[in-house]
Amino acid sequence: MSVDYSWYLFLGAALFTIGAYGLLIRRNPLVMFMCIELMLNAVNLTFVTFSRMLNDIGGQVVVFFVLVVAAAEVVVGLGILVSILRRRPSATVDDISALKG
Amino acid sequence: MIAGMFAQLGVPTDAPFAVPEVAWSALTPLLILIVGALALLVVTALVPRTLPVGFFTVTTVAVAAGAAVASLGSWDRVTDPDRGPYMAVAGAITLDGFSVLVTALLAITVVLVALLADGYLRREGLGAAEFSVLVLLSASGGVMMALANDLIVMFLGLEVLSIALYVLAGFQGDRRESQESAMKYFLLGAFASAFLLYGIALVYGATGSTNLGEIAGFLARDVPSEQGLLLGGMAMLIVGFGFKIGVVPFQSWVPDVYQGAPTPVTAFMASGVKVAGFAALLRVIVSALSVQAQDWRPVMWVLAMLTLVVGPAMAIVQTDVKRMLAYSSISHAGFILIGVQAASDRGTAGALFYLFAYSFMALGAFGVVSLVARQGDVGVDLDRFRGLSKRRPGLALVFAVFLLGQTGVPLTSGFMAKFSVIGAAVASESYALAMVAMLTSVVGAFAYLRVIVAMYLGDDEEMAEEGTRRVQIPAAAGLALGLALAVTVTLGVLPSTVLDAARDAVPARLSPSR
Amino acid sequence: MDVFVFAVAAAVILIGAMGVVFSRNPVHAALMLVMTLFGIAVLFVQQQAHFLAAVQVVVYAGAIVVLFLFVIMLLGVDVAENVTVEPLVGQRTAAWVITAGSVGLLTALAIRAAQVSLGMPSGTRPLDGEGGNLVQLARVLFSDYLFAFEATSVLLVIAVVGAVVLANRSPGSTADAGEQEHSPTGAGR
Repeated sequence: MSVDYSWYLFLGAALFTIGAYGLLIRRNPLVMFMCIELMLNAVNLTFVTFSRMLNDIGGQVVVFFVLVVAAAEVVVGLGILVSILRRRPSATVDDISALKG
Repeated sequence: MIAGMFAQLGVPTDAPFAVPEVAWSALTPLLILIVGALALLVVTALVPRTLPVGFFTVTTVAVAAGAAVASLGSWDRVTDPDRGPYMAVAGAITLDGFSVLVTALLAITVVLVALLADGYLRREGLGAAEFSVLVLLSASGGVMMALANDLIVMFLGLEVLSIALYVLAGFQGDRRESQESAMKYFLLGAFASAFLLYGIALVYGATGSTNLGEIAGFLARDVPSEQGLLLGGMAMLIVGFGFKIGVVPFQSWVPDVYQGAPTPVTAFMASGVKVAGFAALLRVIVSALSVQAQDWRPVMWVLAMLTLVVGPAMAIVQTDVKRMLAYSSISHAGFILIGVQAASDRGTAGALFYLFAYSFMALGAFGVVSLVARQGDVGVDLDRFRGLSKRRPGLALVFAVFLLGQTGVPLTSGFMAKFSVIGAAVASESYALAMVAMLTSVVGAFAYLRVIVAMYLGDDEEMAEEGTRRVQIPAAAGLALGLALAVTVTLGVLPSTVLDAARDAVPARLSPSR
Repeated sequence: MDVFVFAVAAAVILIGAMGVVFSRNPVHAALMLVMTLFGIAVLFVQQQAHFLAAVQVVVYAGAIVVLFLFVIMLLGVDVAENVTVEPLVGQRTAAWVITAGSVGLLTALAIRAAQVSLGMPSGTRPLDGEGGNLVQLARVLFSDYLFAFEATSVLLVIAVVGAVVLANRSPGSTADAGEQEHSPTGAGR
């Protein structure tokens, strides 16, 4: 018995959902960044699956670009976080809440 | 030697590898922006002393103006019926009237932002080199989005635009609001990017390509019988773009981020980023997926309706002028969506004209806010504007024109813009939307009129408290406001040139032959 | 055999993802993320994306997660654990809406999985052409996606400039690790 392609798509969708849910319920920015990585990985899995289904290498090439984007995003995101926390190093529990909606 | 290496690897060396032809003429505006930014970086690193802010302002303005001129230079080429639009670099980008116009608009936006930022950076003591480099690179991302004929190129352009802006939003490292603005913008932006990317993946699965021309060609030939993948992909794309351009219900980050970011950056978000975001939306949804119009039109209708109602309703209760302008930018996104949902060439032209007009009004309005604010970008609540007409009659008059323009008063560009999108909606029989648009622009007018009333009728209490300090207007910012004012009034009185250009600038659908 | 590999990898991926979302300690979350990434790499191998599987492990697990851990250590675990972001209005509601919507979508997908209507299969860029997967990947990367490839260079310049801007400021603060903390950028390429 072989694995049907749709199982991979299903798994990708589930992973994407978990990532999106985590990003919205967690309030720790580090974990929120990790949830973004989960979502991007779900996309990568979906691209690779479609690439195989269509027998088209294009989908695999796209994964490269997603990797670069993920790396650049993480660098800037963590840079923002570090610059916030370095400004007031004494703070341990510090809500980022000067702007209220 | 390389052939030898391939031979060792067992790869046939005569295997055809066609290096795509790079049409440098098509890339000129983009290259001017990127090379200009890199040159600034190198100069800053090599010159031992700190260069003055003025140097960076002049260079940025020159680079961006060069890009605008280079882009408009190819207008005759792409709108010539004999030669027409063309693709470059293996079908990754398209040069048509649309991309030329949007590129030029983005470059002009950068010119005005650089001029506005000049005095701001001096006042706040921020690094002009990094600011200029990031603004230029961010704009280059917007240009990539305008040129893109491939969803991946579009996505990368969006990331170039956004990641530079995350940094710019947090550019004021010693101001807490600025850093929080950057954090929120980053989190929501990355969230939106993930949705967009998932949408791209599903569309790729449903059509077999990421190339917009091939997608349109595939859908025109044989619409898939089972449309689940395609519809899911389109929904995800709309969510992703919806976040980026700030339409209800994806707007919750807009007021916080706009308020917290340094004001010239906010001006760029309201003008350049909206232009690029809508350009991408028009190219992907309206142009490439036009076969599916019956599926996405109702969605756009609902989004436009919500945005038109929520934006002005929230704007009238704000006391902070910068925040009020943020909500007003949401409501303008609703108006532009009216043009999008019309799903016609007329609607696209209307949306383009609206973007053109709104960009200058937003740049002008946020420019005035950045001048009126005290150091540290604080004090832009309504009280600060009270009696401005007595302290600075010229500035108050200019601000009043920008606000009236956003209201849609005749003889300003805002009137022509609203007229053109509502006209497109009526032409495609969206009467309810047209009615709501007219009603909510009346509601929204209260928010703007409150500021105008405060400027002209308010007492000058703030003035007495602060002693004799007047609002300073640096020459560069004055020039930027003058330009924005000139465009706003000119487009209101003589709109025909830009209207005609927008009509000729409908996205072309080209497909690479593979 | 295929089914067994898929089942194990899927379990690893989902448990890892749940771990990221629900673990209290960010270090645990980062390690759970590594687990998910490895599971994805296994599925890449199973789907004839061998090179991507390697890249996945090297870049994601090797650079990005290390960057996460580096920042957690830089801040101190107790700070990293307690820092929070004020949620936006309606964020929790959105979480439930998205979850409910996605579950519905997943169910629909599961029911109709067998009859997903696909696009046009590629005639010209097969997964395994002459020279195999890697050569094929390179050919397409430097022809059809040449422009996108060049665009990523701009992205990396922005990441570097951004990291310098964000790190290099406020002379009064603890400017101890200003340069080092962003060095994994290079590894991220």
